[in-house]
Amino acid sequence: MSRRSRSGLAVVALAALPLLVLGVFFVLPVAGMVGRGFFPAGAFDPVGVLEVLGRDRTRRVLWFTLWSSAAATAATVLLGVPVTFVLHRLRFPGRRLVRAFVVLPFVLPTVVVGVAFRTLLAPSGPLGALGLDGTPVAIIAAMVFFNLAVVVRTVGSLWEGLDRRREDAAAALGASPVQVLRTVTLPALLPAVVSAASVVFLFCAASFGVVLTLGGLRYATIETEIYLLTTQFLDLRAASALSVLQLVVVSGLLYVAQRTRYGRGEAVDRAAARSQGRAATWRDTPVLVLTGGVLALVAAPLATLVVRSLRVGGDWSLRSYRDLADAGVGPGATVQVPVTEALANSWRVAVDATALAVLLGVLVSLVVARRPGGRLERRGVALLDALFMLPLGVSAVTLGFGFLVTLDRPPLDLRSSALLVPVAQALVALPLVVRTLAPVLRSLDPRQGQAAASLGASPLRVLLTVELPALWRPLLAAAGFAFAVSLGEFGATAFLARPERPTLPVLIYSLVSRPGEHGFDTAIAASVLLALVTVSVMAVVERLRSPSMGA
Amino acid sequence: MRHATVHLRDPDGAGSRPAVDDVSLDLPAGQVLAVLGPSGSGKSTLLRAVAGLERLHAGTVRYDGQDLSAVPTHRRGFALMFQDGQLFPHLSVAGNVGYPLRLRRRPAAEVSGRVEELLALVGLPDFGARSTDGLSGGERQRVALARALAVDPRLLLLDEPLSALDRSLRERLAADLRDILVRARTTAVLVTHDQDEAFTVADRMALLRGGRLVQSGTVDEVWRAPADAEAARFLGYATVLDGAAARRLLGSREGGDRWQLALRRSALRVSRTGSVPGLVRSARATPGAVRLTVEVSGVGLVHAVADPGERVTEVGSEVRLQLDPSRTARLQAPRPPGARLGSNP
Repeated sequence: MSRRSRSGLAVVALAALPLLVLGVFFVLPVAGMVGRGFFPAGAFDPVGVLEVLGRDRTRRVLWFTLWSSAAATAATVLLGVPVTFVLHRLRFPGRRLVRAFVVLPFVLPTVVVGVAFRTLLAPSGPLGALGLDGTPVAIIAAMVFFNLAVVVRTVGSLWEGLDRRREDAAAALGASPVQVLRTVTLPALLPAVVSAASVVFLFCAASFGVVLTLGGLRYATIETEIYLLTTQFLDLRAASALSVLQLVVVSGLLYVAQRTRYGRGEAVDRAAARSQGRAATWRDTPVLVLTGGVLALVAAPLATLVVRSLRVGGDWSLRSYRDLADAGVGPGATVQVPVTEALANSWRVAVDATALAVLLGVLVSLVVARRPGGRLERRGVALLDALFMLPLGVSAVTLGFGFLVTLDRPPLDLRSSALLVPVAQALVALPLVVRTLAPVLRSLDPRQGQAAASLGASPLRVLLTVELPALWRPLLAAAGFAFAVSLGEFGATAFLARPERPTLPVLIYSLVSRPGEHGFDTAIAASVLLALVTVSVMAVVERLRSPSMGA
Repeated sequence: MRHATVHLRDPDGAGSRPAVDDVSLDLPAGQVLAVLGPSGSGKSTLLRAVAGLERLHAGTVRYDGQDLSAVPTHRRGFALMFQDGQLFPHLSVAGNVGYPLRLRRRPAAEVSGRVEELLALVGLPDFGARSTDGLSGGERQRVALARALAVDPRLLLLDEPLSALDRSLRERLAADLRDILVRARTTAVLVTHDQDEAFTVADRMALLRGGRLVQSGTVDEVWRAPADAEAARFLGYATVLDGAAARRLLGSREGGDRWQLALRRSALRVSRTGSVPGLVRSARATPGAVRLTVEVSGVGLVHAVADPGERVTEVGSEVRLQLDPSRTARLQAPRPPGARLGSNP
């Protein structure tokens, strides 16, 4: 057997399990969902889909999705770039702390963000006077809050690596600071800004928990509409039609994002030494003030959430926290599970989901990080790479919905299986795990392995002694990411979690969507608890992340 | 006559050592000054201070009598060229060269005409439409030079402009650079650690070490009389002999130990009529000459050369050496007594 075909076999062997899982738990559900739209009675009938797409409400939902996402993306970029400048090009005491703080919202579960903004903007809240409760502005503000980290991280790592001397050269040629920014710095940052903006748009367009908790029935995105059509109106056909629409829109966006990332990203030269930034001068006052404002905006919902969790009926009290262990919160409550039990559910599910996501992620990363020899193999690897990124492009709600409609009959009757939720969450986390591990694997110099082999190490030994030692920190970090994603996952879980075994985000949502002050009090305390657990996990991840990796 | 004057003094030596300390330089218009120093000598900091990119703790940068300390970089009318060119990757070659012209809102026709002229000057005609990605290292530096010259800077600052290139290209480009600077009548400061580059390109030379100015003058002055043994070695002298050993080589009786003699590698030549006897310790044939190390009693090991035809180049053979005074330099500022500097082959 030739070496070439043996290495091809190795790829197939490594890819087999992930492909099987992806086939059963991703392709099948999504195809089933698409099928439900186009083949309602077993025969091809696109009329129903067209009818749904022609509805007034559908058009309103689509329009709202697009414009609110566009507005939120624009605001995120406009606020994020100056903040990035301050956090990555200026030197000041406490910079590390501020950087960590700005990134914090991104790791918060969406439901928590929604609850925090409602607390802030409610008529009785600190900013109640603005009358923003239940308006699109509240939704957009929450999206900006959530996604600021994407811009700061993506643009910041590039900006920090930009060679300062390029700007110096322009200044010496007669460019004023503003001209340097316009003609040299911004063009150099453009790939990162475009890439960040497309990712932010994607997140906004697919945001579920935030819109559901803040928009109610009045403002819906495609994502929440699919959920409402399924769970409230039982109109599965319309839901599949919307899922198809979203699949098309999101795949197109992902393609564009990918093109901008690979099209120009490579041409950027990195400075050998990262600049440490310069001290701020009086000329930086406008950006410093703006950054202060943005920090206040980030702090306000979080501070409100914590303060509000300590107040019951106008007095300081820990009662909301004491109630976390109580079942059947509030009068006429249908929630039969105490918050602490939901947290335990979330924890168990997250452990399973993380194990699965990391196992699959390692296998996929080993495959897609290969430097393929032949053209066929190269094509194959590129295809696999794209395939395993697909869950990123398909919304969690669509995935959860697909599970519901396809995995309901033998031999795959998993509706009552305790594995359903962890599997769905693992698929949501998988792209993130691959994104964390594959670049590290790719960046390993193959000559290190060759050096080891020349010294007498077998391939297995090379893996154990050269590749794994370089990988264990990113591996732990990926596990942490997957765990945090799973803890906060709401889109797919909302469909799949059984009422008697809800995860914490699902329970929080059912608490806030029910009328009654008492349930809301408990929801706030539960949100603080969930935020604390998630942030603690992410803090550990942050310590483990190797500094060479991007956002 | 316009003068560019730099005077830097860094008084806040409390704790941190200043990168540049008490350096005064003066450059007549139209001339090229090479600031020569090993890495870490503060030469780049000096250049950045002149460009206005580094804050002065004390001292002044004057041009034509005007104090520039409060003038921001972009209003100084200088241009700065870096070791790796720092071309803007999002602009074409012509876009890069025309950049400073467009900053000054020159009409498009004038810009394109001037760009063509500049590209011809640096030997890259018809390169305008190319992207900067595909350029070789030498081409990048030529484009960077054309860009720096575009608006006739009052002072051109060159930060190791040729160091990133390989040797043969560096030598060729150094000669071209000299030629272009002379033709454009540019006043320039060149910072480098390569003495050949400095000799080829500059009229004047300043030697920097540990942030302090060791010596300055015309290239010839500095070359003929290095300030001390370290300066001599840095300028390419292979060996520095102290008084007694030097007297032996010269066969003279000049008094005192307070001077030294710096020898180039080729200062001693094997010759039948030579006055200095020695024993060959090693020999290596190179194109053009055989390089020897020879032990001379009372002096130690010294470098010498022999014509490729000479048959005396085996290790152990006895030779006679002839000193070529034009390949030596006499150092007048010796170290304090006690710090003996021996031979250094």
